[in-house]
Amino acid sequence: MSSDHDHHHDHGHEHGQDVPSPTALRVKALESLLIEKGLIDAAALDAIVDAYETKIGPRNGARVVARAWTDAAYKARLLTDATAAIEEIGFVGSDRPHMIVVENTPTTHNLVVCTLCSCYPWLVLGLPPVWYKSSAYRSRAVIDPRGVLNDFGLTLDEGVAVQVWDSTAELRYLVLPERPAGTEGWGEEALADLVSRDSMVGVAKVAAPAGAAP
Amino acid sequence: MNQPELFPGQPHDSDGPVFAEPWQAQAFALAVRLRQQGYFTATEWAETLGAVLRDAGDDDGSHYYEHWLVALERLTLSKGLTERTTLDRRTDAWEDAYRHTPHGKPVELRTR
Repeated sequence: MSSDHDHHHDHGHEHGQDVPSPTALRVKALESLLIEKGLIDAAALDAIVDAYETKIGPRNGARVVARAWTDAAYKARLLTDATAAIEEIGFVGSDRPHMIVVENTPTTHNLVVCTLCSCYPWLVLGLPPVWYKSSAYRSRAVIDPRGVLNDFGLTLDEGVAVQVWDSTAELRYLVLPERPAGTEGWGEEALADLVSRDSMVGVAKVAAPAGAAP
Repeated sequence: MNQPELFPGQPHDSDGPVFAEPWQAQAFALAVRLRQQGYFTATEWAETLGAVLRDAGDDDGSHYYEHWLVALERLTLSKGLTERTTLDRRTDAWEDAYRHTPHGKPVELRTR
């Protein structure tokens, strides 16, 4: 990548040559060395940044959930082989760990964490939010999942079992939330708009649409 | 544990922040690409990053990509993809280039 192009991404170019932060300079140093050695290709890096920043995001996951809500056969495939079912919708990553989809029911609530670092289903949810990467979440989700859910404003009934899924480098989890009441007859697209990222990590439920009968 | 605050100008979607600064996206892409090309495995990456995060102790996630970069340097160095002195010298060279490039000119490394 030419340094001209690279600089375009940095702040401050209107004000002259502000020196980037020491951390940003370390990234530039490593990147430029690896590119020079031919170990890595600048265009491929740009494509990754672009994909994760703008193209891939929780919307992909929301479409998977909406399809499962409207198509029983798809849902069955999703729960038995999530990797293939997600590919079926057209989301194919070149860097794709195995996926497992876990279904929320009236009696079971699923919560996803990565206790080791921050393994996250990037392909369907984009980049992980800051709280997912925090040590507080990573350590507490396993020990006190109900407390964590309370912090997110989600209080479950006593009778609901909480299942915590610890992601790894090879295995990522996506929660299939419960379809909210009041959405009978809705199409896939309208349903997908209701599905939040948090509901697919398991720290929230999908809220019933405004104006829907309870 | 509530929704994190957004910094001014922070890239985000309707659900929250994506990258706080461009270098974070660059560091992210470097690790993804090196792994895709097989210079290290997903497991090696998870173990290295996990160790760095553990050493860093309590962290609310806001320094996450700094730890990410430490892990990336550690793994590229241990895999022999680059060397510490080369890396340090190159970092200095970039700083120098920024300081000495006149306003309006693209920043380029001097011929070494």
